[in-house]
Amino acid sequence: MNNKSILITGSRKGIGKYLAQYYSEKGYLVFGCSRGEADFTLDNYHHFCVDVANEAQVKDMFRSIRQTHGSLDCLVNNAGIASMNHILLTPQSTVNKILNTNVIGTFLFCREAAKLMQTKKYGRIVNFATVATPLKLEGEAIYAASKAAIVSLTEVLARELAPLGITVNAVGPTPVQTDLIRSVPQEKMDALLARQAIHRYGEMRDISNVIDFFIHPDSDFITGQVLYLGGV
Amino acid sequence: MPDNKQSVEIIYKAIDETNLLAPPEQHLEKAIDTVVFGDMGKLNSLGLVTFIVATEQKIEEETGFSVTLADEKAMSQQNSPFRTVGSLADYIDQLLSDASNE
Repeated sequence: MNNKSILITGSRKGIGKYLAQYYSEKGYLVFGCSRGEADFTLDNYHHFCVDVANEAQVKDMFRSIRQTHGSLDCLVNNAGIASMNHILLTPQSTVNKILNTNVIGTFLFCREAAKLMQTKKYGRIVNFATVATPLKLEGEAIYAASKAAIVSLTEVLARELAPLGITVNAVGPTPVQTDLIRSVPQEKMDALLARQAIHRYGEMRDISNVIDFFIHPDSDFITGQVLYLGGV
Repeated sequence: MPDNKQSVEIIYKAIDETNLLAPPEQHLEKAIDTVVFGDMGKLNSLGLVTFIVATEQKIEEETGFSVTLADEKAMSQQNSPFRTVGSLADYIDQLLSDASNE
């Protein structure tokens, strides 16, 4: 054990599951959450069934972490949903769902984690942005807008939380082959990859590499930054 | 001792916690008439945030109720609940009474 703790949202599958495994192997005490139960077990891993946009459930989860562990070192706000559709065909229910999970969820976890982190005057928060925002991807209006909100949240929270010793940064992945993009047509994906400086899908290790950098104790002078992958 | 003994004790515990994190010049005294925030107050805005968070956590630990101290309701009061420890204790009592009646 390295005595550090990390909370990863949306850890039941995809990038979140990979990150839970990755940091468990690195000796972190890992807290994960998703709406459903995890179908895996890991060393030093605790799973919570939580809707990230449900304030009461999120508060309960943090109360439990505070009571059992006392503090938290790192938060990775990975949980997110996307929906590709033309604006004229996008129902409000989809908009609500995306904003609730991506924006409200990230906000709630940042707030509750910062309350825990401030007691040690140390914390590392990493949010998830996306290249869909700077690339202004058609068909991704609400997803890109929700992530633009996260960029703004990251930049402002970096300033509000700096006096508490907490850094807040964001990683902006390119498409990674997960459930999130399964329904996107291949020609759309090819066109997107062509707009990157490096024309390939992102890999899980690309993301953990950036997170490793942001959460490193020596990265205490790095905050409010959004690091886009693939040269976007 | 006033009726709001439990709320005062909760605030005193929050003061202990806040004082641990704050520089000496911002330390609060555990007394009913201690100014929490205002002209004669010692806390800066960040100190106030830390104190409010600590108080909310202590309320939850001691009573099981999750309350929000600094919301529109608090800000719209004619007299700020954050004037003194005593006024804050009265406000906490009111919130706990509302919460238990819900």
